[in-house]
Amino acid sequence: METGRPHSQAPQRETPPKAVIRIRDLHKRFGENHVLRGFDLTLYEKENLVVMGKSGSGKSVMIKCLVGLMEPDEGMVEVLGQDLATLDRQELDRLRSDIGFLFQGSALYDSMTVRENLEFPLRRHREKLGHFTDTLPLVTEALESVGLAHAIDLMPEELSGGMKRRVALARALILKPKLILYDEPTSGLDPITSKEIIGLMRSIQGKYGTASLIITHDVDCARVIAERILLLVDGINYAEGSYGELSQSTDPKVEAFFKK
Amino acid sequence: MDYLENIWVRIITFLRETGELAEFSGRFFREAFRPPFEFREFLRQCYQMGNRSLMLVLITGFIIGLVLTLQSRPTLIEFGAESWMPNMVGISIVREIGPVITALICAGRIASGIGAELGSMRVTEQIDAMEVSGTNPFNYLVVTRVMATTLMLPLLVIFGDLIALYGSALVEYFKGAMSFRLYFNSVFDALSFGDFIPATVKSFFFGFVIGLVGCYKGYYCKKGTAGVGKAANSAVVMASLLVFFVDFMAVFISDIFYEL
Repeated sequence: METGRPHSQAPQRETPPKAVIRIRDLHKRFGENHVLRGFDLTLYEKENLVVMGKSGSGKSVMIKCLVGLMEPDEGMVEVLGQDLATLDRQELDRLRSDIGFLFQGSALYDSMTVRENLEFPLRRHREKLGHFTDTLPLVTEALESVGLAHAIDLMPEELSGGMKRRVALARALILKPKLILYDEPTSGLDPITSKEIIGLMRSIQGKYGTASLIITHDVDCARVIAERILLLVDGINYAEGSYGELSQSTDPKVEAFFKK
Repeated sequence: MDYLENIWVRIITFLRETGELAEFSGRFFREAFRPPFEFREFLRQCYQMGNRSLMLVLITGFIIGLVLTLQSRPTLIEFGAESWMPNMVGISIVREIGPVITALICAGRIASGIGAELGSMRVTEQIDAMEVSGTNPFNYLVVTRVMATTLMLPLLVIFGDLIALYGSALVEYFKGAMSFRLYFNSVFDALSFGDFIPATVKSFFFGFVIGLVGCYKGYYCKKGTAGVGKAANSAVVMASLLVFFVDFMAVFISDIFYEL
């Protein structure tokens, strides 16, 4: 385990893995509030990295900077080998089609059915249809992978919280992304549904071989899914390591997260 | 001192909002001509907006026609000008009352509806979800709605004008024993293209500002449920004020043309 301002380290592998996300010296301010103060992160191919931190520590701001929903004040954000600052609108949209994003509140389009929700990203990315001429096979496949093929014609208001999260996960998968970002994937869910969602995240990673960046407060989620955990405190990297390493830490700020 | 400061803050807010709205409208014109065109969504919005407002416009128009005629009758009888009633009502309804009242009704109904709908989509991160999936939410949500209000408002004005004239004719039929045929012949004799064209043209502008303001307020809605309410409320206020401003400009410009 490293504390203070560690350098991001690749997991021990035989061939050097390729970075899918590289963030260097990221700063973001909202007026007087300096939320991110030089944050660094590297996520490697097929890796599950969990970012933990208190509310207001800048996790959500960081993940929004990663997909261009917010512009950083300083620093470099590189996703799938492309520096976000150099991309125009169309290039950014193309890049986004390779990124799946699971929102904290699911963010399903409430005026559309489940099918239409999943079809929506395909409207602009017809190339993702592959050899299919219709969207239905892809929609069905994505829904089957989250076990909700029967809900295809339901409206979001007819779904439970857990089902909404699973549909949102299917929507994040529909464009066959290389990278999935999860913003608090288990928040607001009961423990059983949380376990189901975590199980799905693991099976999706196994099936699609995606890299995942997970922002969570849920220590159980981090324990099950994380290959590496990064602790964000006051807008900077505070500690980094595996669950085993961090949970043994005697540092009070790290302990505060991991002690039962 | 506080009072002066308050006025200064209001002036700054007004100037900032005017600038942002101008920028928003510039973005609308850039995006409106950029494919893909969301034709299905545009038709859905046309249907929803027409359907949502038609009954209210018809009822209000009918009552205004009735009241205007009932209120004007005694004065016109006093001057022996009862036979001028269709001319007076026709011109005032077609030139001014019909378009402005319809626009104000739509400002209340449509602008607030759009403000609340887009506002809640912003708050629940649905707009962010569209953005992240590489689709263009501005094109899908804003362009379609603004175009729909721009197209639907003149149609609603025509319906409102006709029903107001019918209400007026009804009063004349029962109180002045004037036949419907004579009433409408007198109305159309009194009207010229110079009455229809500016009224129709300004109705397009009314529709445009109503849609634009509703979308602007909703699209940039502040977080929280209070933000949604505020977006809906301020959309009505701003759209109503802009309707009067556009009306003033339209009358001013058409006056110049008449003088030429």
